Amino acid sequence: MATQEQPVIDVRGLGKRYGDVVAVEDVSFRVARGEIFGILGPNGAGKTTTVESIGGLRVPDRGTISVLGLDPQRDGTELHQRVGMQLQQSQLPEKIRVLEAVELYASFYRSPANPDELIDLLGLSAKRKSTYDKLSGGQKQRVSIALALIGNPEVAILDELTTGLDPQARRDTWQLVEEVRDRGVTVVLVTHFMDEAERLCDRVAVIDAGRVAAIDTPAGLVDAVSTEQRIRFRPSTNLDVAQLEALADVASVTAEGRLVVVTGTGNVLPAVTSMLARQHVIAHDLRVEQASLDDAYLALTGASRDRTMTQETS
Amino acid sequence: MTTTAPVRAAAPYRHRGALRAMITVEAKLFLRDPTATFFGLLFPALLLLVLSSAIPGFRDPNPVLGGLRGVDIYTPIAIALAVATVALVTLTAVLSSYREKGILRRLATTPVRPARVIFANLLVQGFALLLASVLTVVVAKAVFDVALPDSWAGAILALVLGTASMCSLVMLVAAVAPNARAASGIGTLVYFPMMFFAGVWTPGPMMPDIAQRIGDFLPLGAASTALQDAWVGDFPEPLHLGVMVAWTVVCGLGASTLFRWE
Repeated sequence: MATQEQPVIDVRGLGKRYGDVVAVEDVSFRVARGEIFGILGPNGAGKTTTVESIGGLRVPDRGTISVLGLDPQRDGTELHQRVGMQLQQSQLPEKIRVLEAVELYASFYRSPANPDELIDLLGLSAKRKSTYDKLSGGQKQRVSIALALIGNPEVAILDELTTGLDPQARRDTWQLVEEVRDRGVTVVLVTHFMDEAERLCDRVAVIDAGRVAAIDTPAGLVDAVSTEQRIRFRPSTNLDVAQLEALADVASVTAEGRLVVVTGTGNVLPAVTSMLARQHVIAHDLRVEQASLDDAYLALTGASRDRTMTQETS
Repeated sequence: MTTTAPVRAAAPYRHRGALRAMITVEAKLFLRDPTATFFGLLFPALLLLVLSSAIPGFRDPNPVLGGLRGVDIYTPIAIALAVATVALVTLTAVLSSYREKGILRRLATTPVRPARVIFANLLVQGFALLLASVLTVVVAKAVFDVALPDSWAGAILALVLGTASMCSLVMLVAAVAPNARAASGIGTLVYFPMMFFAGVWTPGPMMPDIAQRIGDFLPLGAASTALQDAWVGDFPEPLHLGVMVAWTVVCGLGASTLFRWE
């Protein structure tokens, strides 16, 4: 990743409202060539409005956007030649065949990819003659990705790529996104799945209520939120809690029934295990928990957590 | 700016022009849609056959119709009716489904403008109507010995302008209607009065004067009268041609400013 280079996407002070509803309050970020950049946030946080503004589909009220040195509003046609977009909930006519759709979209671009090769790459070879209404959700999603890639784009924007897919189809899609990146395409991935962001993204912007809450690598986001570790175990015999609490790296010791939970930082795990060994206590069901991207995300978007929960389950 | 090779084809892929590719795909989709094919291609010819077997005296000279037979009067009317049906049923359905499925919005992310696919669809439906009209004329001639249009140029001009004006009207309805249900509701509401003023129920001389006068200024009425004129030897009146052009321009401009892609 060459972060020193001119950014492929440069968003500064983006703002957009629909009537009284503020969709995007103030969003700025840069995407470097060749990275997979995640945009993470609860529903209604402004993710889609942000990427649709980047793709020239929305006219921002405030701020500037530069994509490959182009202005999405002024240089729309050139931008669309070089930026492939996969939209949330966009379908195709029921009776169009896979190959027909990919060939049709190929005709829109200066130097498209070979439709047959792309269909093979996306694992749709057996379905090339199938009509769109006969495809599964995962297959439709792959067709949608094919259409985003058929123009040989330098940037691919993928919105809610794996929503509604089964676990296997999600994993296949993730692998595909990595393959696309390995071919030199810069990928912007909109998602509300933590595991997807953790697995795929080089960097993530967490957007909450129309603002950027944080931009970092997935690991960096986790570290920023917490370096605390949590050790749980069931001691084989009675335990001298005071001796554990006295250890330098231990922050707290609590007993939940027969379960002991120790929190702490740094070398807390080796300190606790050697103390247990000295006390001749065996730690059954020993588990060490560290903060995950989930925790980081919830900490960053804490204010709107309840809203997220209700929307995700509805 | 250097570009790393993305999903690059081994051999350069030779592709067709975007509009040609769209017309091809729209034509295939048209042929795969039984409703569209029926109304677009077979409807007017079948209508003539059904009417002539269902209505007594339809094939006999009728003094009310100035000595002509029902089937003579109805041949151009059936074609006008097909124009209305294609515009108000098929085109309305295509426009709303393309919008609601996000097909137009998806196209807006490509270098090709979404209007192109609608234009391609109009060309396909228009061409189908032309074939349907030829089929109607052939059936009318072969089965009922209906005279061929005296003015072929007039008939084709009336057909093209009638199609253009009705399609523009439908596009305007699609542009102002809040959603697909409303669009098809308005379409149905417009459909029946349009047919009345086009003389579907009171053909030719049987239509009251006032209705005829109103019909002159409606796109389908003007198309129907212009077609009937072309059949009996007159080039369509400038009034009717002008009315159709006016509807096309006004509705077309309105639709193109008001149409939303999503």
